[in-house]
Amino acid sequence: MKIRIKFRKFGVMRFIGHLDLMRYFQKAMRRAGIDIAYSEGFSPHQIMSFASPLGVGMASDGEYLDIEVHSSQSSRQSLAALNQAMVEGIEVIEYKRLPEGAKNAMSQVAAASYTVYFKQKEQNPFSLSVLSEALQGFYQDQAEILVTKQTKKSEKLMDLKPLIYQLQVVCVNDDAQNPGFYMKLSSGSAENIKPHLVLEAFFAYLSRSDAFPKKLYVVDPMDLQIHRQEVYAQGADGEFLPLGEVGEDIL
Amino acid sequence: MALQENHLALSDRILMRVEKPARYLGNEVNMVKKDPSQVELRAAMCFPDVYEIGMSHLGMQILYDLFNRRPDVYCERVFSPWPDLHAILKEQQLPLFTLETQSPVRAMDFLIITIQYEMCYTNILQVLDLSQIPLHASERSGWETPIVIGGGPCTYNPEPLADFFDLFYIGEGETQYDALFDLYRDCRRNGWSRADFLRAAAKLPGLYVPALYDVTYHQDGTIQSFSPKEEGIPAKIKKELVRELDQTSYPTHPLVPFIKVTQDRVVLEIQRGCIRGCRFCQAGMIYRPTRERSVSTLKEWAREMLESSGHEEISLSSLSSSDYSGLAELVSFLLKECRGKGINISLPSLRIDAFSLDVMRKVQDVKKSSLTFAPEAGSQRLRDVINKGLTEEAILKGAADAFAGGWQKVKLYFMLGLPTETEEDRREIPRLAEKIARCYYEIPKEQRNGKCQITISTSFFVPKPFTPFQWAQMYAPGEYLARAKDVNDEVKQQLNKKSLKYNWHEADVTVLEGVFARGDRRVARALERAYEKGCIFDAWSEFFDNETWMEAFAETGVSIDFYNTRSRALDELLPWDFIDCGVTKEFLRREWEQAKAGVVTPNCRAQCSGCGARQFEGGVCVENPN
Repeated sequence: MKIRIKFRKFGVMRFIGHLDLMRYFQKAMRRAGIDIAYSEGFSPHQIMSFASPLGVGMASDGEYLDIEVHSSQSSRQSLAALNQAMVEGIEVIEYKRLPEGAKNAMSQVAAASYTVYFKQKEQNPFSLSVLSEALQGFYQDQAEILVTKQTKKSEKLMDLKPLIYQLQVVCVNDDAQNPGFYMKLSSGSAENIKPHLVLEAFFAYLSRSDAFPKKLYVVDPMDLQIHRQEVYAQGADGEFLPLGEVGEDIL
Repeated sequence: MALQENHLALSDRILMRVEKPARYLGNEVNMVKKDPSQVELRAAMCFPDVYEIGMSHLGMQILYDLFNRRPDVYCERVFSPWPDLHAILKEQQLPLFTLETQSPVRAMDFLIITIQYEMCYTNILQVLDLSQIPLHASERSGWETPIVIGGGPCTYNPEPLADFFDLFYIGEGETQYDALFDLYRDCRRNGWSRADFLRAAAKLPGLYVPALYDVTYHQDGTIQSFSPKEEGIPAKIKKELVRELDQTSYPTHPLVPFIKVTQDRVVLEIQRGCIRGCRFCQAGMIYRPTRERSVSTLKEWAREMLESSGHEEISLSSLSSSDYSGLAELVSFLLKECRGKGINISLPSLRIDAFSLDVMRKVQDVKKSSLTFAPEAGSQRLRDVINKGLTEEAILKGAADAFAGGWQKVKLYFMLGLPTETEEDRREIPRLAEKIARCYYEIPKEQRNGKCQITISTSFFVPKPFTPFQWAQMYAPGEYLARAKDVNDEVKQQLNKKSLKYNWHEADVTVLEGVFARGDRRVARALERAYEKGCIFDAWSEFFDNETWMEAFAETGVSIDFYNTRSRALDELLPWDFIDCGVTKEFLRREWEQAKAGVVTPNCRAQCSGCGARQFEGGVCVENPN
């Protein structure tokens, strides 16, 4: 039986890279006593796959991994066992059975949403109105958002606009004095857009335009926290569904 | 949306700049969390090398666990920052910090440094320097700086480091730390001074306070006298030892690092000490007598450690696992316990024989793995000199059995520069490898799987204190390389040379190891100068800088030859003679004579040779009193 696990990654754990996180979960499965299935062969490994690697330094409220198990306790019991085996900075929030024949998490990924905010309010050069206006000019008003994307072999010019599904202002802890970004971007194997690319294009747009003072676009990326909110699959009618909604709780 | 607060000693900006930020975060599974305001004594346990090396060390995990069992003590960890972070800490004047609470090391009561090899000595100075603790013990007064204490095998000659430490703990850590911590607590409660505390600590068994001893030297530079400065300070320090290993605590909930470390597995220490008595081996002497843990205790710990860590591998730790009397029972338990759970078993330090081959076939992929033999010397004559009881017959038999079982790769380890070694002894090394290769090619062609691969590795011998070879002479770097060339030339003359591969080590590090292994207090100047000139991570070939080291020796006037190539008289007062490690100097002298005569000494189980360790009334000395 296939299980989809949703977890949060935050605090200190932002600095643990993807490969180390995989090793962490392998050991956590044993500690939690999950009846996970192993591959055949001389050095068997757990059948486990992650939806989408999260860059070092980023936080997330919506990370997913799929595992295969021989048997399982209820979702509630399994969540308790897993969280007992976690460290501070990783919290397991869903444990759901996938329907027979469901595709694995990685191949289902179609979009991901992020918030981006200034780590320290004092460093935020934007007011709510200025950021709203700037985003309107950057996203709604431009017909296309051209960027050069570096690939391993070459550079190519691409239009970001159709791959940005949503881009708007959001306030940190509802504090109108501390506005940030919310973005929903194409993700997965077809067109994978990282939030950095959008931010880069946005600050480049500000620097080209005469309407904005320099302090708004000379932003050190290190002052920004990128926080993944959710990862989505595409439903039958083209709508975006959180990956976890594909599965159901074990009672 | 919650902000990501950073309670770490390093900013996000620094963490994103350095290689492997996980080295500096703490927060690992089974990390001990306490409220520092609720304890009376805070300690930082340090392994002076990078995180991945330090976290692989069992001794540190044992002491971390032991200390934290005391409710009034909080023991945290600290490692050497990698050179990238070292530069940032220096530049920004940030103090080195502990992993658990990310507090400055200098705010601790104790800084406890485990000293496992000579080439970490500059890293010890690095840790003190980055912690903003004065390098010299004499510059530390009052309680503003932690008590700096050293332990581990290198403290069997602590003299090269004497200037930098307040205290050394000689022997196994399980026995006296409680008394030391109690003493510290009482001293602080009663308002004693740092000097009062150290004076009292010097009277505890196994503890050595270098500042309380005077050394004088003869005209020729050898030691004339070594004695306590005050009445009541012991002239001899006897090593501490656990008599009954089943009674110690053990880290049954070991720390589980996020990043891959060298020893990424459960480590089960099955015994301490070794019955073999190889004459070059310090561990084989200083950990005497050999003491075993019971199989029932080990079974219980193995199960608990696998469950609490989630590790996918378990390894047995000892100097010679084949000599552990419960090995067959323990291994069959582990095989049963690990089957179907995806847990691997690793069995280092096994002698190659029918039993071990059978076990290894069950736990590893024969095609991928290699067999290891450590004959240490090429000729039987020289193996007798070093008392390595491995015969050519046993090696060839083991290899033949292994080849028949499907193995194709063999690794052979040897030392060069051993006492009495001749060119003929060196040339015997490739010849032995050739004989092993022939064993393989004697198998009918249709039954073998291509070529075999015999890898010969040599290291250069470094005489260590408290071994029968402690009086042996060393050589200049050129001489070592000439010896390696003898081996290399001989490899080329072998019929199956295409199946043989030869690796040898650089000689420069060997020379430094020699100086610090048998040095006295005067070599500290060269060490300190080398650190000032930028030497750190000397155990890492990418950072080791021999030229700078040589400058440091020249500038401080410390003669390498005095410590390495000089011949020592048997009655010379050696820098470490004030330590009583159980094995007597008389026994070592006798063994040195036997070595030169090429006479072997039986192992402790076969016959007691009266080394002196009997005084501890434990382990093999009482199990087999013949």
